[in-house]
Amino acid sequence: MLKVENLKVQYGMIEAIKGISFEVGDGEIVTLIGANGAGKTTTMHAISGLVKPASGSITLDGKELTRTAPHKIVEMGLAQVPEGRRVFAQQTVEENLALGAYTRKDKDAVARDLEEVYTLFPRLKERSAQTAGTLSGGEQQMLAMGRALMAKPSIVLMDEPSMGLSPLLVSEIFRIIEEINEKGTTVLLVEQNAKRALAIADRAYVLETGVITLAGTGEELANDERVRKAYLGG
Amino acid sequence: MEFLSYLINGLGLGSVYAIIALGYTMVYGIAKMLNFAHGDVIMIGAYVAFFALTNFGLPLIPAVLLSVIVCTVLGVTIERLAYKPLRQASSLSVLITAIGVSYFLQNGAQLLWSSATKVFPAVISNGSLNIGSLQISYLTLITICVCILVMAALTLFINRTSTGRAMRACSEDKGAAALMGINVNFIISVTFAIGSGLAAIASVLLCSTYPSVFPTLGAMPGIKAFTAAVFGGIGSIPGAFLGGLLLGVIEILAKAYISTQLSDAIVFAVLIVVLLIKPTGLLGRKLSEKV
Repeated sequence: MLKVENLKVQYGMIEAIKGISFEVGDGEIVTLIGANGAGKTTTMHAISGLVKPASGSITLDGKELTRTAPHKIVEMGLAQVPEGRRVFAQQTVEENLALGAYTRKDKDAVARDLEEVYTLFPRLKERSAQTAGTLSGGEQQMLAMGRALMAKPSIVLMDEPSMGLSPLLVSEIFRIIEEINEKGTTVLLVEQNAKRALAIADRAYVLETGVITLAGTGEELANDERVRKAYLGG
Repeated sequence: MEFLSYLINGLGLGSVYAIIALGYTMVYGIAKMLNFAHGDVIMIGAYVAFFALTNFGLPLIPAVLLSVIVCTVLGVTIERLAYKPLRQASSLSVLITAIGVSYFLQNGAQLLWSSATKVFPAVISNGSLNIGSLQISYLTLITICVCILVMAALTLFINRTSTGRAMRACSEDKGAAALMGINVNFIISVTFAIGSGLAAIASVLLCSTYPSVFPTLGAMPGIKAFTAAVFGGIGSIPGAFLGGLLLGVIEILAKAYISTQLSDAIVFAVLIVVLLIKPTGLLGRKLSEKV
């Protein structure tokens, strides 16, 4: 459904993404792993339209995204859980979730989806009237995920959802990612926690300084000697 | 009694500052820029209302509406033509551009309507309400009421509507707002539209109090209202309201009890003291660093 072809992104003179191609099929969990500065977040931003690629193409169900404004991309069914959560700290949990559904006009369905998000994240329901800035890191991550789901996306991009969380919460977050996927949402996951990401991914790509160096199923990459050395600690 | 009447007059003047300050503070909150042409939008609003009232002989309300429409369109046009191309530029470039737009409007007005002062007609009743020995002009009362209405309407809009929520989201994080499907450019346009429409309302209130219309009429109230916005905490809507009212009261009391010549100096001295004690202004939030 999502297809990235020969994508190049430049910041001034620096080429951050040097022509990468990958795809995410309907219903899959695909992960992009790589070290800090490999270009993972830049790739996410390019897909969501926050940065303009220098060249290449990104298509969602055959429709070109590189010339589409970010808010239109959300309407087309692609949502993102950004790196660092970026919840609206001064607004309440419920207002944050309502913002996730900003493009939707079907009020009844939005109300149903809100209940569904609350079922998925009971903590958010408890804290619905609290401002997002007062939530813990884990709760903010859940809010960022719930907020993205409120757009009712066919594909959701998650950028480092486990960053800075305790091991227990990391497990919880990965369990929820699988659950979201089982309910029919395609997932493109960017992670530094390669071990966990590969464990739940159907397919995976390794990104190194703007180039994709390896590709395969989650299992293949988890057993690949180079991946084990570089990302899984031997 | 004398003090009470000064206080009410101060609140009247402060109400005008508050309405103008809302334009500065909203634009700053969302577009993160200081729109120094805002005062000159007031001036254009005053000319439009003046011509509507005198040349076209329109009644007050339609004249105000016409002025609001013209200023709204002007504000959105200025943003589209002058500021939008600079979205990625440094804030200094945007500031210089805003000053350029300000001069452009002032000189344009001078070219079109000459620099001669025009006398704004007395359209709002100049009678007054007498309570014992206390005399409050209807104009002052109307000004204060308009300010309260504007404030209430704006607060409802910002807190209760989906566009209002989107505006707050944009003021916190434009990138994240775009990821919610919010059209950030549209929200910036809405902000300029509201600020400029309010400037038109302020212009009629201002010119009813000081009935002269001239090309640089917006400069001083513009600076004062900007001060009010900083005073209250730039980016904060209740801050603009509070800052405007306080500034008006301080100015009138300083004029009455200390010195007419020194009143502006006193106003700015108070601003300096407030900023020394609380650099974010009275109700301003500290910009929190992202972890």
